[in-house]
Amino acid sequence: MKHTLSVLVENKPGVLTRVAGLFARRGFNIDSLVVGESEDPRLSRMTITIDGAAHPVDQVTKQLHKLINVVKIRELDPHSMIACEMMLIKVASEGEKKTEVLQIAEIFKAKIVNVERRALVLRVVGANDKLEALLELLKPIGILEVVRTGTIAIARA
Amino acid sequence: MKGSQAIVKALQEEGCEVIFGYPGGVVIPFYDALFDSDLRHVLVRHEQGAAHAADGYARASGKVGVCVATSGPGATNLVTGIANAYLDSVPMVAITGQVKADLIGTDAFQEADTTGITLPIVKHSYLVQRGQDLPQTIHEAFHIAGTGRPGPVLIDIPVTSQLEDFAYRKATQLDLPGYKPTLKGHTKQIRAAARALAEAQRPVLYVGGGVISSGATAELLELATLLEVPVTTTLMAMGAFPETHPLSLGMLGMHGTAYANWAVHECNLLVAVGARFDDRVTGKLSAFAAQAKVIHIDIDPAEIGKNVEPQIPIVGDARRVLADLVEELKGMERTPGLTREWLSRIEELREQHPLAYHDDGDGIPPQFVVEEVDRVTGGDAIIATDVGQHQMWACQYFRYTRPRQLVSSGGLGTMGFGLPAAIGAQIGRPDKQVIDIGGDGGFQMTMQELGTAMAYEVPIVVAILNNRSLGMVRQWQDLFWNKRYSHTCFERQPDFAKIAEAYGAFGATVTEKDQVADALREAIKDPRPAFIDFHVRQEENVYPMVPSGASIMEMIGGTAGRRKKP
Repeated sequence: MKHTLSVLVENKPGVLTRVAGLFARRGFNIDSLVVGESEDPRLSRMTITIDGAAHPVDQVTKQLHKLINVVKIRELDPHSMIACEMMLIKVASEGEKKTEVLQIAEIFKAKIVNVERRALVLRVVGANDKLEALLELLKPIGILEVVRTGTIAIARA
Repeated sequence: MKGSQAIVKALQEEGCEVIFGYPGGVVIPFYDALFDSDLRHVLVRHEQGAAHAADGYARASGKVGVCVATSGPGATNLVTGIANAYLDSVPMVAITGQVKADLIGTDAFQEADTTGITLPIVKHSYLVQRGQDLPQTIHEAFHIAGTGRPGPVLIDIPVTSQLEDFAYRKATQLDLPGYKPTLKGHTKQIRAAARALAEAQRPVLYVGGGVISSGATAELLELATLLEVPVTTTLMAMGAFPETHPLSLGMLGMHGTAYANWAVHECNLLVAVGARFDDRVTGKLSAFAAQAKVIHIDIDPAEIGKNVEPQIPIVGDARRVLADLVEELKGMERTPGLTREWLSRIEELREQHPLAYHDDGDGIPPQFVVEEVDRVTGGDAIIATDVGQHQMWACQYFRYTRPRQLVSSGGLGTMGFGLPAAIGAQIGRPDKQVIDIGGDGGFQMTMQELGTAMAYEVPIVVAILNNRSLGMVRQWQDLFWNKRYSHTCFERQPDFAKIAEAYGAFGATVTEKDQVADALREAIKDPRPAFIDFHVRQEENVYPMVPSGASIMEMIGGTAGRRKKP
């Protein structure tokens, strides 16, 4: 099962290295890690997604807590959080394919952000499974490049 | 004030009385400031010695140890010592110089990414790019190093920060929003633990270094005697409970006493205090204290459930938790003498499996030297050790009666620790005799520190149990590798006593058993640093031994024909 941790850290140089180093050292695998400034400029917020089956989440959070620059950790309940990810996809789309891609994009509310003769770039925001479904549909058409931000999440309350 | 002067001032404000260090290019400004100050500096002969000496100082005195080195090689030479302090949770502040701030990242002369290299082995670290941040940083570093679960904190200071001029402002407040160690244990959990203890018929207290760090020995003694619970200590906790006490089981684990290991095996309540279920203690984890309910008290929440899932976890400072536990127990109804039967079973185990060694008159048994150190010093000395067989004998055959009496590298197992750590310990505790029980292998890793001992007239006694081999590895080869002694026997050894004499120290070589005590007495009496090379039996192994990853059932080393520890 996937676990989402919302981690508030001090906005200081080297903090990301400390977190990444800890994960590497203790053998924890990260699915994704997103970091950015929070509502307080002195603090950054990390959204870390990990696979709970591989290692006890409890040990991960306890070890994270030991880092002096980690201020607060909250494990988000999947039923009461809003999670999303952004993805940019470059799809090969010449001739008829272009219409097909446009139709799929419409269904997924993906925005066409660039059009070239041979390729389209789509921008889509959504939950992880929506992004996966879109990729499945576009695969046979010809995906040239995919860039994903990783999941960010916020608790409803 | 210059940044360099600010470092000295801030160190003094933190109560630092001595630093162990070695100068170099980018710390010249700091050393220049030191020149005019009354802060004591001990010039070691190698930076590793500085880190170990600061470590030994911290372990023996309970204060934060401080070491200083220059950038690049100076800093990398500290690394082993910092890792050693990290693994044993020793409070230390390591200060390193760094190249000019604007040269960082250019592969400048003597540049190394010190904060990067040390990242996995520090409790926290700082790179101080602005001189004006130095007082605050040093204030925080001491706080972090010495509180909660102690550990080393590194401060990397570019030479440009040392040269910066600013108005010194004493740091009085901490800006550490993410650092709040839990000191007080959860009341409900303490009540549950008290109930379990009050009802336990076969309890054992398994005590680790946390009891010494938190200064909880009085509370431990009160708890143990109140309920008559036997106590076993890890290597890190020797002396946390007096070994002369009838409830003491001595050390447990791979080379612990057989009766301590059997007691843990048979107990039905195991109370771990400030201990971390290390593999050298538990052996095969699934078979360790398999019948026991576990109470785990630790200040570091990450230790709880890391190796063993306790039924009653308590996060808190050992001293406070034990005091609260005693308080709770005193107010409870208890059946007196509930552990009597258990204690007589333990006496039986003690009788059946005493700590003992062969003494057939052939050569000097190394264990005998340790016993003589105990006798000659009346058990009062502070013992420092290196790592290996002699270390285990120093744990088994010296009776520690007070905390901070053993200065030994536990977690990292660092050969070469003994001599510099003994120097640090002696400087931290000038009122006690420090004796470094070492091996001929480890001693040769840092023996240049004889120069330091000499220069500062540090009256340590170095007692080497010289078996002309890397005994512990040789023992494993003997027992598990078909006696193939690959590169573990020294075919040629120097005359160690002469080396000591060349440094101007007292030097002696002892080859006969009946000379051991006299040599020790003479060495202690001599005001100079002293060195004794005890030629002990080469083939002696440390027993009992629970092989790595095995359970107590597979323990090697009977006691037939062996001399019992009195």
